[in-house]
Amino acid sequence: MDTLDISRWQFGITTVYHFIFVPLTIGLAPLVAAMQTMWVITKKDSWYRLTKFFGKLFLINFALGVATGIVQEFQFGMNWSEYSRFVGDVFGAPLALEGLVAFFLESTFLGLWIFGWGRLPKLVHLATIWLVAIGVNASAYFIIAANSWMQHPVGARFNPETGRAELTSIWELMTNNTALAAFPHAVAGAFLTAGTFVAGVSGWWMVREARRGRDADSRSMFRPAARMSFVVMIVAGVALTVTGDIQGKLMFEQQPMKMASAESLCETETGAAFSLLTVGTHNNCESVVHLLSLPGVTSFLAENDFGATVQGVNELQEQYEQQFGPGNYKPNLFVTYWSFRMMIGLAAGSALLAIVGLWVTRGGRVPHQRWFSWLSLAAIPTPFLANSAGWIFTEMGRQPWVVAPNLAGVDQIRLTVDQGVSDHPVGLVVASLVTFTLIYAALGGVWFFLLRRYVIEGPQEHDAHPPGDDTSDEPDDDDAPKQLSFAY
Amino acid sequence: MGLQEFWFIAIAVLFLGYFVLEGFDFGVGMLMPILGRHKDPETGERRRRTVLNTIGPVWDGNEVWLITAGGALFAAFPEWYATLFSGFYIPLLLILVALILRICAIEYRGKIDDPVWRRRCDLGIGIGSWVPAVLWGVAFANIVRGVAIDENKKVTAGFFDLLNPYALLGGATLALVFALHGAVFIALKTSGDVHEDAVKLAARLSIPAVLVGGAFAVWTQLAYGTTWTWAMVGIAAVALVAVVALTARVREGWAFVCTTIAVAAVVVLLFGSLYPEVMPSTTDPAFSLTIENASSSPYTLKIMTWAAAFMTPIVIGYQAWTYWVFRQRISSTSIPDSIGLSLGRSR
Repeated sequence: MDTLDISRWQFGITTVYHFIFVPLTIGLAPLVAAMQTMWVITKKDSWYRLTKFFGKLFLINFALGVATGIVQEFQFGMNWSEYSRFVGDVFGAPLALEGLVAFFLESTFLGLWIFGWGRLPKLVHLATIWLVAIGVNASAYFIIAANSWMQHPVGARFNPETGRAELTSIWELMTNNTALAAFPHAVAGAFLTAGTFVAGVSGWWMVREARRGRDADSRSMFRPAARMSFVVMIVAGVALTVTGDIQGKLMFEQQPMKMASAESLCETETGAAFSLLTVGTHNNCESVVHLLSLPGVTSFLAENDFGATVQGVNELQEQYEQQFGPGNYKPNLFVTYWSFRMMIGLAAGSALLAIVGLWVTRGGRVPHQRWFSWLSLAAIPTPFLANSAGWIFTEMGRQPWVVAPNLAGVDQIRLTVDQGVSDHPVGLVVASLVTFTLIYAALGGVWFFLLRRYVIEGPQEHDAHPPGDDTSDEPDDDDAPKQLSFAY
Repeated sequence: MGLQEFWFIAIAVLFLGYFVLEGFDFGVGMLMPILGRHKDPETGERRRRTVLNTIGPVWDGNEVWLITAGGALFAAFPEWYATLFSGFYIPLLLILVALILRICAIEYRGKIDDPVWRRRCDLGIGIGSWVPAVLWGVAFANIVRGVAIDENKKVTAGFFDLLNPYALLGGATLALVFALHGAVFIALKTSGDVHEDAVKLAARLSIPAVLVGGAFAVWTQLAYGTTWTWAMVGIAAVALVAVVALTARVREGWAFVCTTIAVAAVVVLLFGSLYPEVMPSTTDPAFSLTIENASSSPYTLKIMTWAAAFMTPIVIGYQAWTYWVFRQRISSTSIPDSIGLSLGRSR
């Protein structure tokens, strides 16, 4: 392995790891805000308890998202400095805007939310968590606009004097049709993740309390939380399908090689089938054997027409060689094929829980069945894995490009990974890769331990009732400290 | 003033905001074990929590100044960003690791009510405060001093070249000034026994901070400064000397104003000495990165200027409001009992 491979492994590991926490943050912030809103409206203690319970889980998760996020911003410069020089004029802007518009908002108002219980007026305090929710979702927009430019560069020109891509229209960059499709898809994935998380935890607790004979808690607290999340999951699932389809069609047009590779479509076909299962002795086109496929479906996914012609990997390879010179323009067939299928298949795990969950809680029922508590827990990891698979697919499918050429745009705006990587000694990058991996593994263990510990403990005694309504008398006397409502 | 000058100043302002705000966060983390020392372990724990909670609601927002500075550097000066971040690989790696540990340690410390857990988190907070404070000083001193950069804008200097006497003095300066800044901040935000001890500690730290910081400022000025940066040396020196007098009189409010001015003056001195270069090359001055050959195109700079002009006042507004909401002093008696869970299940 050379510096390029190690640098790619490092970027892959740190990014996939970062994106374990991010979707939960993006989806859970609005869900916690919704719970708190329900409390403010209905004044029911159960919503308050849910807010505090899921709020703690949210904070445990948020910390790691922030901690691993700094690495993301730094390693473009650290490990991909040539990429940074080439794209900085375009790519830096959404990153800077993300900090200025989104990160400040979410971090500042999260501090106000954590420490502001009982100190801020109720509605102001409620507004703080909504601002956090807006901030985390806004951050997703900026970073996806940046990533979409790597998939489909628009709003830029190539400057031969500086030898780099330069921004010509921030509006085109921010309204890139790739971003407009990818953003709702990623956010829907985040809502599916958070919905499954809340539903899974609540479902498990519902059965647990019911079996202990504590139907009241089960009915008044966990059932409403679970049903709220089942609905969120179904809406998110529909949104994922619709946006995924739009994104897929764009991708057939903008990055045909990625989609051909995802379908293991080696030769150009008319009425191309959607492959469900392939085997191959080698990770290449020649040895792929399609065992099970749905006729015409790939053509339909690409063009809404079962008889459409879809270009295969081999023809695209020839075409790219003519356009961009000799080289291997094929992404990793195995990884793109299976990550694409894992993304779709795993998301179905959550959908199953939502449908079954709505059924077992219908008409005021509280489930007692042990299998439902197992299903609830088993569903929780599936959307996390689906998110990872989706990103692995879209990033690996772009290879060997780091900035894929826009086939309908400026020809010179394109960069392969070997042109973008920093020229570090292998040992140095190995050292950082090992360092990050070990620290991330340790912190992942802590994250899992804490989440598990807090989930099993359930809503806590000291959160049983909201703090008294003493928010009206402003704490003015600076020299007479009163007890804080929360402290680290 | 052209856009490149404006963005050079904007980058300086973002790092100034970062060092002023995160500076006292680092100081608080560095001093937590010292101010939390007590023969009764329970009192000690309450004191440590008092110290930590002075930055509780604000530290996370303060850190975003770094993220935004990094993003702005990428957007406004891509070559500077690329050369600096790839060239200072090891110090930045260490800073990242330290910041990761610190974020998790602060957030997770109170989640489990167990002395060993807390000790590990305290270690994380300590590493996460000392390491970045020293290394940011080393990094910025090296930027001003210049490092070996070749004709392709690549740093050819190794890690140990970065550990030269001037840079190490820069590291010591930031660590000491941040510790002092943090001690004064703790004094300002607390009452009772922690407050008294913080004032004493600040008074003790102020003299070495004047000496080391003064030496670094004068060295910077003599070796790299221009005429007007003498004013910054003067302001930093007067501010730090004033802290000595003010802490002796327990005027922590004014002392905090002075440590803030001192940190700001040091940042302005460093950036002022750097201008108009952004990464001077010791290999050949012709290879140096300047605001001209490292910057983005005029269009990008213009867009960024609009965004910054619109957003920065809003950000400063709501961050200032946060400090106003949490303006009340805290003390050992205002810290509630730990609500962390036990390591294992209790029932």
